[in-house]
Amino acid sequence: MLYFSRWKALATLLTAFFVCLFAVPNFFSDARIKSLPVWAQRHVVLGLDLQGGSHLLLEVDANYVRKEKADALRDDVRRVLRDARVGYTGLNARGLTVEVRIRDDANFDTALTKLRELSQPLGGLLNTTGQRTVDVVDAGNRLIQLTITQPAITERIRQSVDQSIQIVEKRVNELGTVEPSIQRQGVDRILLQVPGLSDPQRLIELIGKTAKLTFRMVDTTGSVEQALQGRVPPEDDLLYGPQKEGKPAYLIEKRVVVSGEDLTDAQPGFDQRTSEPIVSFKFNLNGARKFAQATQENVGRPFAIVLDNDVISAPVIREPILGGSGQISGSFTVQGANDLSILLRAGALPAPLTVIEQRVVGAGLGQDSITNGTRAAYLGALLVVLSMLLIYGKFGLIANVAVAINVAMIFGVLSMINATLTLPGIIGIVLTIGIAVDSNVLIYERIREEVRSGRTAIAAIDAGFTRALATILDSNITTFIAAFVLFFIGTGPVRGFAVTLGVGIVTTVFTAFTLTRLIMSWWVRWKRPQRLAIS
Amino acid sequence: MRIFGIPLLRIVPDDTKFHFMDLRRISFPLSALLSIVAIFLFFHPGLNLGIDFVGGTLIELQTKGPADLAKMRTTLTGLNLGDVQLQSFGSPDNVLIRVAQQPGGDAAQQAAVAKVRGALGQDIEYRRVEVVGPRVSTELLSGGTLGVIGAIGLILIYLWFRFEWQFALGAMIANVHDLVLTLGFMAITRVDFDLTSIAALLTILGYSLNDTVVIYDRIREMLRRYKKLPMTDLLNVSINSTLSRSIITHLTVTLALLALFFFGGHAIHGFVTTMMFGVVLVGTYTSVFIASPILIYLGVGTGRKEAVETKEESVPSGNVRFSARDA
Repeated sequence: MLYFSRWKALATLLTAFFVCLFAVPNFFSDARIKSLPVWAQRHVVLGLDLQGGSHLLLEVDANYVRKEKADALRDDVRRVLRDARVGYTGLNARGLTVEVRIRDDANFDTALTKLRELSQPLGGLLNTTGQRTVDVVDAGNRLIQLTITQPAITERIRQSVDQSIQIVEKRVNELGTVEPSIQRQGVDRILLQVPGLSDPQRLIELIGKTAKLTFRMVDTTGSVEQALQGRVPPEDDLLYGPQKEGKPAYLIEKRVVVSGEDLTDAQPGFDQRTSEPIVSFKFNLNGARKFAQATQENVGRPFAIVLDNDVISAPVIREPILGGSGQISGSFTVQGANDLSILLRAGALPAPLTVIEQRVVGAGLGQDSITNGTRAAYLGALLVVLSMLLIYGKFGLIANVAVAINVAMIFGVLSMINATLTLPGIIGIVLTIGIAVDSNVLIYERIREEVRSGRTAIAAIDAGFTRALATILDSNITTFIAAFVLFFIGTGPVRGFAVTLGVGIVTTVFTAFTLTRLIMSWWVRWKRPQRLAIS
Repeated sequence: MRIFGIPLLRIVPDDTKFHFMDLRRISFPLSALLSIVAIFLFFHPGLNLGIDFVGGTLIELQTKGPADLAKMRTTLTGLNLGDVQLQSFGSPDNVLIRVAQQPGGDAAQQAAVAKVRGALGQDIEYRRVEVVGPRVSTELLSGGTLGVIGAIGLILIYLWFRFEWQFALGAMIANVHDLVLTLGFMAITRVDFDLTSIAALLTILGYSLNDTVVIYDRIREMLRRYKKLPMTDLLNVSINSTLSRSIITHLTVTLALLALFFFGGHAIHGFVTTMMFGVVLVGTYTSVFIASPILIYLGVGTGRKEAVETKEESVPSGNVRFSARDA
């Protein structure tokens, strides 16, 4: 056990050295790190609980996605049947199912065939599961039921999350914050972490808006009074104006003239005459053409600018707008105009996002945690080192050297995996220091026993290592399992704890099996002790 | 003993022969009683579940100068947010506010925070704001529970592979006992039971097993070496010979924990207190007084008397012989 071939010793030392080397960038400034080669840039990142910042967990509104899908399917059914000139009644969407009754038996088979075409294989060309987007069922009595499959919904939610991530990123970046991190979590969630942001209220408001902008005509023929009593014409929506203007009701056509997708730019500004805050915008070619056409045809009629079911303003078209640009004025505050232009530039979310978890740590608390955490860590380490020296003398020194290398290696590994260091993570490291010396204690106590049972020094050390290492492995694996499980159930800071604990166990076992043994074997070769006295 | 002429600390004398097994007549009933009390406490008053598991809002703030709790309370009660608790936290200018879960789903929780922030005005430093919606809290609770059970299961399987099933079962009984007592302790101390508590529980599980495994390893080794030694003697020798290690290791872990407790700031007090109780008090006690003697009842070592005699047979008691040679 004590014999190390030259190569093995070299390999051990090199491994330890290189792992420790990875910890070095942590001592450099950010600018210095950037100048290093890419493989050396890896370093431990401070968690939000230490550097302060906002952690927001967002969820895509699955109900919205379902309803949107079902409505789209209903519209498809209407279009298909109309194109096929098939008479129908009772077309409606309930949950994920669209029902329609075909008028004549004669048309039924045509209708069913045509409607079956609405069902696509899921996943396009790469589809291997044989799942389809819609189940089309002949429910008897000329009734056809089309049900959107769960995988199709899941797929749509997945896409929504992907699109939302890009849009959220744009919106957050507009706030000028430092390096937000945006990640998908599970199927329908987005984890947004913004370091340094201690008041996320405005961010939450920015994210909370779907920001679907539409330009639609106001229906001046319908009666708003009747609509308010519940009789809304089928081709219109009953929408309301801004709070400030007393929430006037409007009947707005469902048909969209131009939508926010056709915008190329939006900027906040001030109206030159009234000096009110406004948002000026530019359409792309397609949008400009559509807008020009619509304004040409409807001079003298009001149109509405609608954002997420709120009428921002409903001005009357005085003359055709042909230049493809315009401005929205509607009792904005300066920040309101600013936010709206951010939202318009970033684009609309495919579905609303809800904040389901918010954790914010102010910079003050983060700094306190760093101060307290490091102070406790140094003190804990000092106490452990001193007690090892007191109990084991020069063997305690060996243990302390091993622990020091162990801690350096923990930081090396944490840097390699770009781990996040959190306050519980610091606790994990302190605990590791306490427990890392345990492997040395096990070895030393075992060697002592072997000495007492009459072995010579070298034989005792050899036997002590052999027996103790088996125990060290067994006892550390149990803690490792606990850390492993914790990693999967924990979030944020707790996960940081699991990581340092787990990494600490691995480095501890490595140090015990190689470094401590190597140092001991050097010591034995140097001293050639006949009798051994540990403690 | 001396090294380079310096006398060093000797924690446990070499020839310790404490009869730990005799104490099982006290430790078993004691543990049974404590476990029952702990289970009772677990249901009444129950754990002080934090917002991670019940949802709601937690705000830690710092005022300029001592906080006027009464005034804040009036302000916040006026917001109609249901149950609002305020308490001073650490120092007089630190205040902890808890707002109960709002009816109306996830968006309502966020709206509540906005209201509180608005009502308390500008002159306040928000040190920490946590809002957990109903769905996340439900998931965290089930995840945490599953995690603890899963960890116990995985460790059980591992021990079963490494030892005989009696050892695996013994270790599990002992460590479920640890968890139960720790939960009882958390119920008494009203420590916030949140995700970090789950972390504490799992760490306690890991470390306490670590201790048990060290002793079990020794017991297994002794079982192989001394085929005729009565089981109680064998267990006593095993525990005595690992005693020095147990004490030194717990000393170092305790020192590390004490440093964390006194200098780590009050943010981690609950975590560290729980760890000290679980690892230092319960874990050590369990390994020696529960996990080891329980092996007798699980039938470890029965039938050894009929085993083929080996040359080490004549060893009457391991320790006597060790100390004789050491002299």
